[in-house]
Amino acid sequence: MGLMDLFFRKRTSGDMAKDRLKLLLVSDRANCSPEIMEMIKNDILEVISKYMEIDKEGLDIQITQTDGEDGHGSAPALMANIPIKDLKIKQ
Amino acid sequence: MSEVIVVTSGKGGVGKTTTTANLGTGLAKLDKKVVMIDTDIGLRNLDVVMGLENRIVYNLVDVVEGNCRVKQALIKDKRYPNLYLLPSAQTRDKTAVSPEQMKKLADDLREEFDYILLDCPAGIEQGFQNAIAGADRALIVTTPEVSAIRDADRIIGLLEANEIKQTNLIVNRIRMDMVKRGDMMSVEDVVEILAIDLIGVVPYDESIVVATNEGNPIVGSSEDAGRAYSNICHRVLGEEVPFMELTTEGFFHKLGKLFKRGY
Repeated sequence: MGLMDLFFRKRTSGDMAKDRLKLLLVSDRANCSPEIMEMIKNDILEVISKYMEIDKEGLDIQITQTDGEDGHGSAPALMANIPIKDLKIKQ
Repeated sequence: MSEVIVVTSGKGGVGKTTTTANLGTGLAKLDKKVVMIDTDIGLRNLDVVMGLENRIVYNLVDVVEGNCRVKQALIKDKRYPNLYLLPSAQTRDKTAVSPEQMKKLADDLREEFDYILLDCPAGIEQGFQNAIAGADRALIVTTPEVSAIRDADRIIGLLEANEIKQTNLIVNRIRMDMVKRGDMMSVEDVVEILAIDLIGVVPYDESIVVATNEGNPIVGSSEDAGRAYSNICHRVLGEEVPFMELTTEGFFHKLGKLFKRGY
């Protein structure tokens, strides 16, 4: 590994594989089917759409792993990335 | 005291049968009396990997259905005095045997053998349920690929649910050159994700392909994979064996190869 690589360590395909696997296993282990995720997604969309205009295409929602509160172990978390088109509260 | 060990993976093609063949042979070489059972009914393979395909008379289904006695169906491997194979049936399907029958068969074989190795079929359906029914412990084979590890995780969950307490991991076909440049998950990555105890690491080795072509297990040879299998056998017996230092091919090794090729 060269000096440049040390400073600008790029994300390798091995890292990508590991990250993808971790996500995959969290939802596998939680036994959360794609259908249920779709239902959660639609419900969240519906609720938030009441108050602001959001980008329905850009919505990304998944179960991930976060560090536990006590510093060790990890806990599953529902992460949603919802791009807002217009923040103005709808009348 | 004898032990019934199932070799399983979930995903197909990761090396269950090769692992079973090499562990069976390796344990027999260590003076243990071993029987390997191919539980993949309909897709029999262990006989071919062992080079014993021409000696089959009776099979697993014949034994279970009472067409012959267990001893008649066992193929004695003439190369290793303590090694026997119970081949699977090629023309039947998984429903020909029940988990209860497999458990009874494994328990009966305990009287004769130190180790009963069960080569499990891919998948999580009845073939898997049959194979794990009589097992005391499991060896889970995976390769450092997303699909194989995902399936291994599922298998680990199912084994826990079936109260198989001892499960150990074998990481197969690791390529240190790819790990080094970041294009393959490392053994540490795989162990971290699956969170079970590691019992062996087998490097990708062309000599496995050659050995399988010839129907000869590679365990005990001086090749990296041969030594890796040998180490796993010792660990199965409960011995502490340090993990092999796997390296990418060194400069001088490569130089030697170049000269051999005549460049």
